[in-house]
Amino acid sequence: MRFLRTCPALIATAVILSGCGGDQSVLSPFSDNARTVNVLSNVLFIGGFLILAVVIVLAGLAAFGGAHLRRRLAGENAVVIGGLVFPLVTLTPLLLYGYALLGAGPNPLDGQRPLKVTVIGEQWWWRVIYTDSKGDSFESANELRIPVGRPVKLSLTTADVIHSFWVPNLAGKVDMIPGRTNTLTLSADTPGVFRGQCAEYCGGAHALMAFKVVALPAKEFATWLDVEQSQAREPRSQVEREGLELFLANGCGGCHSIRGTAARGTAGPDLTHVGGRKSLAAGVLPNTAESIARWIRDNQEIKPENRMLPYRSLEPGELSAISSYLSSLR
Amino acid sequence: MLKRIWATPKGPRLVTAVNNSVIGLYYIGTAFLFFVLAGCLALVMRAQLAVGDNDLVSQDLYNQLFTVHGTTMMFLFAVPAVEALGVMLLPQMLAARDLPFPRLSAFAIWAYVIGGLVFFSTIFYDLAPKGGWFMYPPLTNTEFSPGDNADFWLLGIGFIEISAIAGAVEIVVGTLRTRPPGMTLDKMPIFAWSMLIFAGMIIFAFPAVILATMLLELERAFGWPFFLADKGGDPLLWQHLFWFFGHPEVYIIFLPAAGLVSMIVPTMCRTPLVGYHLIVVALIATGFFSFGLWVHHMFTTGIPALSLSFFSAASMAVAIPSGIQVFAWIATMASRPGELKWTTPMLFVLGFLFIFTLGGLTGVMVALVPFDWQVHDTYFVVAHFHYVLVGGMVFPLFATFYYWAPMVSNNMLSERLGRWVFWLMFAGFNIAFLPMHLTGLLGMPRRVWTYPSAMGWDALNMVSTVGAFILAAGVLVFIIDLFLRFRPGNDGPTNPWGAGTLEWLPSDVYCTRSIPHVTSREPLWDQPDLARQVESGSHYLPDAPTGGRETIVTSAIDARPQYVLQMPGPGWAHVAAAAFTAAFFLLLTVKIVVPAIVCGILAIVSVCVWVWELDPGPHKGHVDIGAGIKLASYMSGPSSHSWWAMVVLMLVAASLYLSYVFSYLYLWTVAPQVWAPAGAPALPAAAWPAASALLLISSVILFVAADRSLPKPGARNLATPLLLLLGATASVAAVAVEILGHLGTGLLPTASSYAAMVHMAAALTGQLVFAIVVMSLFTAARYFTGKLDRVRRVTFDNTKPLVYYAAAQVLVGLALVHGFPRLIG
Repeated sequence: MRFLRTCPALIATAVILSGCGGDQSVLSPFSDNARTVNVLSNVLFIGGFLILAVVIVLAGLAAFGGAHLRRRLAGENAVVIGGLVFPLVTLTPLLLYGYALLGAGPNPLDGQRPLKVTVIGEQWWWRVIYTDSKGDSFESANELRIPVGRPVKLSLTTADVIHSFWVPNLAGKVDMIPGRTNTLTLSADTPGVFRGQCAEYCGGAHALMAFKVVALPAKEFATWLDVEQSQAREPRSQVEREGLELFLANGCGGCHSIRGTAARGTAGPDLTHVGGRKSLAAGVLPNTAESIARWIRDNQEIKPENRMLPYRSLEPGELSAISSYLSSLR
Repeated sequence: MLKRIWATPKGPRLVTAVNNSVIGLYYIGTAFLFFVLAGCLALVMRAQLAVGDNDLVSQDLYNQLFTVHGTTMMFLFAVPAVEALGVMLLPQMLAARDLPFPRLSAFAIWAYVIGGLVFFSTIFYDLAPKGGWFMYPPLTNTEFSPGDNADFWLLGIGFIEISAIAGAVEIVVGTLRTRPPGMTLDKMPIFAWSMLIFAGMIIFAFPAVILATMLLELERAFGWPFFLADKGGDPLLWQHLFWFFGHPEVYIIFLPAAGLVSMIVPTMCRTPLVGYHLIVVALIATGFFSFGLWVHHMFTTGIPALSLSFFSAASMAVAIPSGIQVFAWIATMASRPGELKWTTPMLFVLGFLFIFTLGGLTGVMVALVPFDWQVHDTYFVVAHFHYVLVGGMVFPLFATFYYWAPMVSNNMLSERLGRWVFWLMFAGFNIAFLPMHLTGLLGMPRRVWTYPSAMGWDALNMVSTVGAFILAAGVLVFIIDLFLRFRPGNDGPTNPWGAGTLEWLPSDVYCTRSIPHVTSREPLWDQPDLARQVESGSHYLPDAPTGGRETIVTSAIDARPQYVLQMPGPGWAHVAAAAFTAAFFLLLTVKIVVPAIVCGILAIVSVCVWVWELDPGPHKGHVDIGAGIKLASYMSGPSSHSWWAMVVLMLVAASLYLSYVFSYLYLWTVAPQVWAPAGAPALPAAAWPAASALLLISSVILFVAADRSLPKPGARNLATPLLLLLGATASVAAVAVEILGHLGTGLLPTASSYAAMVHMAAALTGQLVFAIVVMSLFTAARYFTGKLDRVRRVTFDNTKPLVYYAAAQVLVGLALVHGFPRLIG
């Protein structure tokens, strides 16, 4: 078992050394849940490799072996042993092992009460709704922040077609299906930023529907939660004030909310603290003022078919005012 | 004389040909064309994915590419290719002159050729479907997929449904009833066994997808909300129906390929197959288990752990029959008396063994639910199923091309080029798909048109792309080999591999000169003189005693000769029927309704013209088939091949209806709130279903009376057509009463999933009743032309069981639709 536990680490190291990133990988688990599956994977890979090797050796013997060796393989007995007895003996314990892992994952009852978050898949972004113990809730988008070591109970639904929520470093995927609410209990045991991606083909820009999960130490998480819950920060400079005015004047508030302003739209992502997120447009762009401007103007080139209009008529100065205002919303 | 009777039509009349050796080539040729075309789409996709952040093809085009690639490979290549091999090889292996329904095969093939080409061409006009080959709603309903793209998918599937069912009829009746005398079931070649099981699986699996496509098209066209959660529908219903078909589909493709391998290995080893009975049991077990696996495509949908456990166990259990076959092939190789022949077919078989075993092992992995939660819908799964399908089907298919080419071509294919083909394909395949396992574990999902370079997937993807092009180079060399060497004809070497089965007897368009009496599984090995005897005409049916195309029909289990089946020859009607059927569906797809209906009517007329001459009557009496045996040249009733075909069709209809009953009850468990009596208008009074049931029972009684009233040959009795048409009218009235009853309560099919399901029951029975009306009119016309009497009665015998079946189905339907809500209310 020691080998099985270190093996994933070895593979992960090899993978990272070979230049492959590991922030969206089954092979670098950061939770108990992902780790159990990882051990299971290694059992499967080693076992599968051995069986394949045996079959190749037997086929090789049957093809090239001398008459004496071949005679042992030639009868119906060999067929029964190889094709019936052997799979029964190996598959039965494997199946039981699989059953044992069905309930794997963090147990929501031990330790603290789980944090409750609703994630709604939409074409092609993620609406994230945090609910506190009093039942008050507020919205964010395309990023899920969780406290390290505390289970987070996710309610997964969709606003349109079927999507699938998947953060391989932390857990397996769960589909988001119209008319149903699926749940997934997530936890991370070390701080870090993990990438997730929609895993069920959902039309058009399915490939460009990613998100980040940020696991923060408990204290940092509490601080962040306080800020995130609060209303948007007032514009502080002339440019930022202009940006807000332009934002409202161009009708952006028809689709987006910025809590504390007149922007109350609900069709698109909530932008109250958009400047504090790790990425833009569901994991497509780095979060900088320049990419905000690019997105507003060229979003249909960056992410074809997305539901936002391209605002090509804005002057460069207007664009930069809006983007510096949005960028300041941390 | 045989040569003249079975002569292939020349020039433009070649399209009227019906002989299996001719249309089999059209069939396999078209399937191969689709393999190449869909392969080209795959190369475009691989080129796009070679590096991250690539913009070689657009997002929209890529989504169409993978949808058309998957759909074409599964529906227009894999299933038709396997059926084509059945059409081409089965009659030769069974030394039958042709398949029992030559024009049905030809019809299915032309419908498939026309429909398939139109479907595929949509990729060039930006009209191709883009919902994935699995077409999950709600992505594929009109809200998220406006435009005709999705309808073209439903159309493409429609054609393959037709040709698959036609193929199943041919194969069941062909393997069970046209074996040579003496070939009892346990002497039947393994390929024939695998095709029989293949046909059985089609009968039970395809109806689920037929129903699913009907429901989706009704939802798209008329807003019947089967899959809309807001109205009590459920998107998961589609997934259940689709995968109830979709998983057996994998084995539908694989089993015949395994059967082919079981034919090639013994020949190359010059020794009988080890474990014949074990393999037959394994094939049956695979067919059986494959229906218990479908939910493993749905492990991530949030299904309860208990059902997950069941389907996980079943998914692993199916590894056992595959294991038995793998070890049986190894044992056969080991038991050979001499050297193994390292021929191209053998190389492909060994390549298959490696690739398929690896695919099977990753299959066991994804059967484990927690592992599947991670790798589902990633490149790991892409790798897994390409190993299973390309390994399990494409490699045996290429083995088949090289092995059986001499049977249909004047030349063998080149062994030298064949080796190039094999090594390029084998290396290319593994280079392309082995790395994908890792790509998936590193987090790359399926069906993405691009990915950020920062993800670190570039190198692996580049390797896969290079491998894909090497694989394609192998296929290209094969095509070159075809151009250089493949010449259709019957002058090829007779038995170049020294095989033991009947397809290697000297043969011509009419198959063998005489039909041998079979006493063992490898007759050519056990009776060295057989080829000469058959060629000299000293076995059965050496000439054409009826003066037309014919073959021997034998009993299903012990293959005793029963009668001589007179077969139709070339004709235009079935070709016209295929063309009009294709036109009907195509025009409907683009919503040109009136011409569509005209084509639909013309299709039915063509079918009637085509089948008009299929009931030849008993006037040729008994004929001598040799060895002192005289057989009838006409048969009606339960011994006739056409009655067996009707039974197969009714099994299809019954499994379609069972899928419907499942869907009705399933939706109730999901959305009991929209069900009557609480969530919908109260059911019509009990008098309505009672009236409907009475009408049906009377239609059955009228048909029984019509049966009794059939006149003696030469006599007339007007009561027959009268009773017949009255019976058909009663069944129409029964369905009408049912529909009116529900409309009377104000229940519109668009209101809720419950309402849609209620009307769906009537729609399904309506189809049956429509068939009954057409068949009754046809039978009445036979009466008025003096072609229907107490002896010459096949058309009547085919209509009657359908009436009985329809009555049974409607009674079940009435009990469900009217009884169930009363039970729960």
